[in-house]
Parts: sequence; structure tokens; C-alpha cells
Amino acid sequence: MADKLTMVQAIQQAMKVKLQEDDRVILMGEDIGVNGGVFRATDGLLAEFGEQRVIDTPLAESGIIGTAVGMALNGLIPVVEIQFLGFIYPGFEQVVSHVSRIRMRTQGRYHAPMVIRTPYGAGIRGPELHSESVESIFVHIPGVKVVVPSTPYDAKGLLISAIEDPDPVIFLEPTKMYRAEKQEVPEGKYTVPLGQARMVREGEDVTVLAWGTMVPVALQAARKMEQERGWSADVIDLRTLYPFDRETIRQSVEKTGRVVIVHEAHRTGGVGAELISFINDEALFYLKAPIARITGYDVPVPQFSLEDAYMPDVDRVSRGIVDTMQY
Amino acid sequence: MEKLFPIEQVLSPEGELKKEIDSVISGEKAVAMYKWMVINRIFDRKSVTLQRQGRIGTYAPFEGQEAAQVGSALALQENDWLFPTYRDHAAMMTYGQSMTQVLLYWKGRIEGCVPPEDKHILPPYVPIATQIPHAAGAAWASRMKGEDAAALVYFGDGATSEGDFHEGLNFASVYDAPVVFFCQNNGYAISVPVTKQMKSKTIAQKALAYDIEGVRVDGNDVFAVYMATREALERARKGEGPTLIEAVTYRYGAHTTADDPRKYREQEKEEKLRREKYDPVDRLKRYLVAQGVWDDQKEAALIKEAEEKVQKAVQEMETFRPASVADMFEHIFAEKTWNIEQQQREAVSMEEKPEERELA
Repeated sequence: MADKLTMVQAIQQAMKVKLQEDDRVILMGEDIGVNGGVFRATDGLLAEFGEQRVIDTPLAESGIIGTAVGMALNGLIPVVEIQFLGFIYPGFEQVVSHVSRIRMRTQGRYHAPMVIRTPYGAGIRGPELHSESVESIFVHIPGVKVVVPSTPYDAKGLLISAIEDPDPVIFLEPTKMYRAEKQEVPEGKYTVPLGQARMVREGEDVTVLAWGTMVPVALQAARKMEQERGWSADVIDLRTLYPFDRETIRQSVEKTGRVVIVHEAHRTGGVGAELISFINDEALFYLKAPIARITGYDVPVPQFSLEDAYMPDVDRVSRGIVDTMQY
Repeated sequence: MEKLFPIEQVLSPEGELKKEIDSVISGEKAVAMYKWMVINRIFDRKSVTLQRQGRIGTYAPFEGQEAAQVGSALALQENDWLFPTYRDHAAMMTYGQSMTQVLLYWKGRIEGCVPPEDKHILPPYVPIATQIPHAAGAAWASRMKGEDAAALVYFGDGATSEGDFHEGLNFASVYDAPVVFFCQNNGYAISVPVTKQMKSKTIAQKALAYDIEGVRVDGNDVFAVYMATREALERARKGEGPTLIEAVTYRYGAHTTADDPRKYREQEKEEKLRREKYDPVDRLKRYLVAQGVWDDQKEAALIKEAEEKVQKAVQEMETFRPASVADMFEHIFAEKTWNIEQQQREAVSMEEKPEERELA
């Protein structure tokens, strides 16, 4: 059986599957109980699993992530919701100093298996500081994995994998995609492995790398370029940003020799820079053109009157493909 | 507030009992407390010397705070959780961490963080107050699982200014987590005195805001510390919620060996007064001698035993296998990511083939 679900419904299902299957799994966060989360990702779970498993916490991000560390040390698997990525910073110290380090510090005696889920990104006309895309901050921290789904199917399978992973996972949910499309999502349990990219569309001439909200933008630009110019593109959804899928990227670059990287995050120090460096190391002599980066700008994500201009769109990505193809 | 939260004392500085202890502290227990305090003090002095000699790195001494740490740690049961700061190795060793491990930690070895198999002793927490929510979470998990384990978390007066202090106490109070918040108020956060850290006259009074028990004890009185901690742990286990204990004490030495306390306090004068009048070790010794259970001969034997133990640990620390570059890449994840694997190979080949370091 497979129902057509939105991404947020698929995410709810993933948590439900794990709550049913594993007593150690608990959910914690602000407004996730009766309210079902501000985006309804935990809708109905309090009623089904009770207050011991689905916990409305006090409003304190460091307290949430910090107590989750203690729970994880003591054998539970907390799935934490931070209401928006832009609000995670009070809990950042816990992530960078403890969540990511406890396995190393105790040489494996303790570890902190947990998932920190949080909506990220612009495009829903949200208020100030509700639209950030700062994945590279987490990619930079040794000891955590970073996952970004872009479809309902992947969101469920990746979240189940993240909950089952023995290491902490930062799970970034693209707010704009929560209800953007419905897709057939199997009932019950299945997994999508961490660390593997998804080939969204196969082509010959150029490789377009994207994740989260940028995947459909990249795909539309690729379609447009094929129709208008006859260039076909590999469109790759990275899905996991750390550790990213080096084989899929390397093989694609060896085939096409041209790369466009699309991310919503600020350009400087973004994950795109890391990908360029990787391609430089592994596939430099296959390149026929410099790698293009189509990204958000190095400005705070603007309030929504300007968010469309901030976010890469089909025209900007198409422009990048043209520049790369015509180099 | 000082009236609401008076400093509880069981043993006066002169070594006289102010309360009945027989039902709680046996003569044997009192001697065990004394032994731990002396051993820890000898360890601490040796560690400062080792730092001066360049045999370990920067070290955080605890001398003066032995009663607070030993008294509280001895109140723990086997399956409890201990969350220490970087100044709480007396508590860690009393609860079961080995001296060798503690020395290795200060020698810059991550292996020194690993606790014994049968005890939940977390590594020393370096960022201030961040361990407080962890203790609340670990305790809360014990309660959820229906276990009777409790958590004891250490921090200093400065930590009470941090957000994590508030968040940890708040979470624990909301969920009645079986945790004891143990603050050693030693008067200074490095150089900043308590009077500049907070307007509150006591730290214990902060418990009022969370509607939890708050207790203020003489932190140089090992009996008072032990009894207050034991009671708090019992309450916690019974599901009656957390307790905030303020143990009023004093560190004789520097914040760490990299610090000079003469810059911010009248070090010689203050230290002399504290050592002569309020020393936690001497206080208990006066009591034991008066009880007729301690004498010079026993004292000499204990000091000899302690020095030998410390010496053995120093030797183990110094003959511990050298740090391995390859190990730096272990235990970052359960399974190495390709990135870490690649970097491990790179680093190891630099070590194994020195010629790789030479430029072509």
C-alpha cells in the first residue's frame, strides 16, 4: 500500500514507524504535543504514544538538545524538533561541544545517537529569521551527519535511517517542500541510506548538484535547457551533505566535464565550495569549464519582500548552465 | 535570604559534632572519608608539581574543596551518574575513576576521559554549565525506564550565571528528574568574586524559582555535605524531584596552573586564614583524633600509602603507550566516513614515512 503524502506527512510517518518499533525512541521539542508541531510534523503522535514518548518541552533550545544528550547517554534515542533552523543557535554549543564529541571523548564508551530535526530555508513568506539555510555550519562540525531530503519518499526513508544511525544526525527539512507536492509513500518501514545521492535526471552534457528546495529548481532549469538548447544534464540530489556521496558525483563529473552547483545558502563558505574542492581533487582533468555556483548571496536572508531575489531560481540556474556550456 | 538558607553545619571547624550522625555516618565511614580527602589532597599537590616540571599540561587544582567533593561523591550508589567539571577529579576518583586516567587527561590524552566499565562517570566538562542539562536528561531517562539511578552534577558559582544552569534546573523541575545539582561555591569564577557574579546572597535560594529543594551547606564540612547529598539523592529516587545544593567552600590555589590568584585577591592572607581555621581535612582529623580512632601513627601510614598510590599512578601515566596519530581518527563516528578514512591514511603515512614530509 502506498498513499500519496506530502513531505510533512511522510516525516510524521517515519517517526510513527520508529515510535512503534523501538521503545527507546522519544520525541521532544516545543509545541510538538497537543499542537503537533508548528508544521504538524508530529500530528497525532501524542495521542497515540502518550506524554512519556512525545514530550512538549520548555522553550529552550540548549535545554532541549542538552537534556537529549543526557537521555541518549542513558540509552534512549531522542528525536528532537527545533522549531526553525534560525532558532537553533542557543543549542549550538551543545551540538558542537557535546553531541558531536561524546563518542570521541569517551573513546566509544558513550555515544549520543539522536536526530535533530529542523525546518530550514526560505520561500514561504516567513517572518524574519525563519528562513535560514546554514547547513554548512553543521557540515563543518566533525562528529555529526547532515541530511536534507527533497521529496516525501526520501524524507521518510532518510529519517528512519537517521533515527537508526548510531551517530547524531542533523536533519534539515526544507520548509518550502513540506506541502509542495504529494508523492506515493509506502506504508510502514523502509529506509533510504544516508550518504547516497539520488540521480534525479540523467544526461550527458552537464552535472547539476543540488539539495532540498533547490532540487526542483535545478530540475526545471535542466528541462528548460534541454528543450531550448538541447543540452542534457545529470541532476543529482545530494540528500546527505556529510558525508556526501563522492562516487556518484565523481562518476557524473567524469562523464559530463561540466558542473553547476546550486544552493540556497550563502555563497562564501557554503557546501558548494567544499564540493568544488572535492571535484578539484578527484576529477580536475575531466573538467571542460570552471565550476559554476548559483547560490544565495552573502547577505542575511532578507525579509520576504526580497526572498525570491535572494533564492536561486530557474533563470539563475539556467544562466549558470549556459555560462558553463559556452565557456 | 541567608536566614532562609542558613549554612548547615554538622562538624564545627574545631571538629566538634553539632548534630547526631550515628544513624548516617559510622565511625568506619568517617575514617573512609578522611582517607579519601587525604589521598586526593596528596594527588592534587603532586599534580601541581608535575605541571611545574612540565610532566603534565595545565592543571586545575581543587585543594580546599576536598570535603565538598568527597562528601558528595560518597553519597552516590553504584548505578548513579556523575557529571563533573574540570575541577572535580577528587569526586571522580572517590566514585571510581582511576588516578592514572585523571593524570592522563591532564597530560593531554583523550584516553584519560574513559571511565571504568562499571561506573557512569562522564569526562570533565570544560564549557561552563553545559553538563547541567545532560544530568537532567540522564536522570529523566532513568525515571522513564523505571530505574532507581539518580544523577549528581557538579558546577561552580560562576556556572549559575549561564543559561544552561537555568535550563537544566527548569527542565529537571518540570519533569521531577532524579538529579542533584551540586554547586561548589568557592567564592571565585577565576578572578570574579561571587559578589560580582550575582546579586543573590546565596546560590541555594535560586531553587525557589524552580520550586525545588534548595540547601546550603558548609562545603568544608564533609559530614554536612554527605548528609545533604544523601538526603537529596533519596528524595530524587523517591520521585520527589531535584535538589540544588550550595556547598560553600574555598579553593586555596589558582583557578589553574596558568593563573595567578595574587592578582585578584589577598592570596597569602586569605589562604592562611582558611587553612588555619577552616581546612576541611584538618577539621575531620580533629574529630577523629578526639574520637580516639585516629593517631599520628595511622596518619603516617596513610600518607605513605597515599604517596605510593600517587607515585604508581604517575609511573603508569608516564609509561602509558605513546599517543598514536591513527587513534585521532577513531571514535568520531561508529563507522569512519570516507573523509575521515582518507585523512587518517594521509596522516598515518606522514608519520610512517618521514620522507613524505620532504619537499620534492
